[in-house]
Amino acid sequence: MSFFGFGQTAEIDIVLNDAETRKKVEHKTEDGKKDKYFLFYDGETVSGKVNVTLKTPGKRLEHYGIKIEFVGQIELYYDRGNHHEFVSLVKDLARPGELSQSQTFDFEFTHVEKPYESYTGQNVKLRYFLRATISRRLNDISKEMDIVVQTLCTYPEINSSIKMEVGIEDCLHIEFEYNKSKYHLRDVIVGKIYFLLVRIKIKHMEIDIIKRETTGTGPSVYHENDTIAKYEIMDGAPVRGESIPIRLFLAGYEMTPTMRDINKKFSVRYYLNLVLIDEEERRYFKQQEITLWRKGDIVRRSMSQQATIAAQRYEGSNPEPTSAQAKEETD
Amino acid sequence: MAEAIADTRRLYTKPQNLNDAYGPPSNFLEIDVTNPETVGVGRNRFTTYEIKLKTNLPIFKLKESRVRRRYSDFEWLRGELERESKVVVPPLPGKALFRQLPFRGDDGIFDDSFIEERRQGLEQFLNKVAGHPLAQNERCLHMFLQDESVDKNYTPSKIRQA
Repeated sequence: MSFFGFGQTAEIDIVLNDAETRKKVEHKTEDGKKDKYFLFYDGETVSGKVNVTLKTPGKRLEHYGIKIEFVGQIELYYDRGNHHEFVSLVKDLARPGELSQSQTFDFEFTHVEKPYESYTGQNVKLRYFLRATISRRLNDISKEMDIVVQTLCTYPEINSSIKMEVGIEDCLHIEFEYNKSKYHLRDVIVGKIYFLLVRIKIKHMEIDIIKRETTGTGPSVYHENDTIAKYEIMDGAPVRGESIPIRLFLAGYEMTPTMRDINKKFSVRYYLNLVLIDEEERRYFKQQEITLWRKGDIVRRSMSQQATIAAQRYEGSNPEPTSAQAKEETD
Repeated sequence: MAEAIADTRRLYTKPQNLNDAYGPPSNFLEIDVTNPETVGVGRNRFTTYEIKLKTNLPIFKLKESRVRRRYSDFEWLRGELERESKVVVPPLPGKALFRQLPFRGDDGIFDDSFIEERRQGLEQFLNKVAGHPLAQNERCLHMFLQDESVDKNYTPSKIRQA
């Protein structure tokens, strides 16, 4: 109808109530570009306004209902038709009728569950978005607004180190050690490689971080490997008894938390690959999985709070914050 | 109290034994292909090369050895390794059949520059192969490098270290 210049059409605009204060983060889109989106956590309320602006003033807009949805869905690139929605909430904004002028509708999705982190990968995408729709006889008018969700963790209670002896019999024996098995995204991998037997001519050694995205189930499982980082840790030939230190700062690399079997649709796992290269370019390697997790931002506490905590932990210490210091530290 | 800065101190390491640190490395293996010599007369001539090996790897029976081999021996070795081991065997320098055709302006396969080119290729080939942990387990490699002559009727087998 609007095709021929007859009838009325409208523009939809979704605005969040806390748009001024809410943090925005960068997130990669499918074609590799980076855009900024509002950041939400699990359990947070999503509320705002839907502004419907009539294009042609004076004319009425007939509709079969106006609604807003909050959707969390997984999209497999090789199966575009099927979106797997794991969160789907609807709020009706207007019953079927007509709008004689531009109007604004309030909405609130209270304490929405957002179980998984937003992810845009090589073969799969998990996204959350608001979608406002004006239903009409021939064609609906709708507008989507993507948001980004991050899942936070606290320090894992158990975080054992990884220590293993590997090698090729009578040729090369090494013992490698990484200080933890679970690292947060801005952590440092501290480790060492200890040479027990070196009967080959090693030229250099590097440690790679590999991201493996797994999609599909059963017989049609597909792995996509991506080397996120290559970091040389040794140049030259080691001998028996030598220890090579590793210190790899993760903050410099673009990584996501480890995602295991998300909604039974996909996984994203990370591996450390230790690679030794000999004089004839032969490669000897050992892969080891690590778990990555996302840490919440550090909460800054006042000196008096910190002192109180310290007093509780260590017997006999006196919490004596000077009043001047306490004043400076309050945020 | 939340950590503001990660602990990046080195992990504990055992101090290295000074004999290990300053002694000879356990990976010493040197192979030279030298002294090409053409033997025979007329159509029955062929060139042999001296293969000198020095090593401290326990898998080699002799720590020093010296043998003479011809190109067809190298071809035999390559064939055996391809069949018996899972190694991707590097190529040999070319067979140069065209050089064996008559009416050439130079000495064909007995030309000095050709022999030198071939010598280099054979040396590269042997160094690549002899340093491979899997190739080192093959009887044929040890026979080629250290036995007086190559017995092409041998029984292929794997070497296990004592």
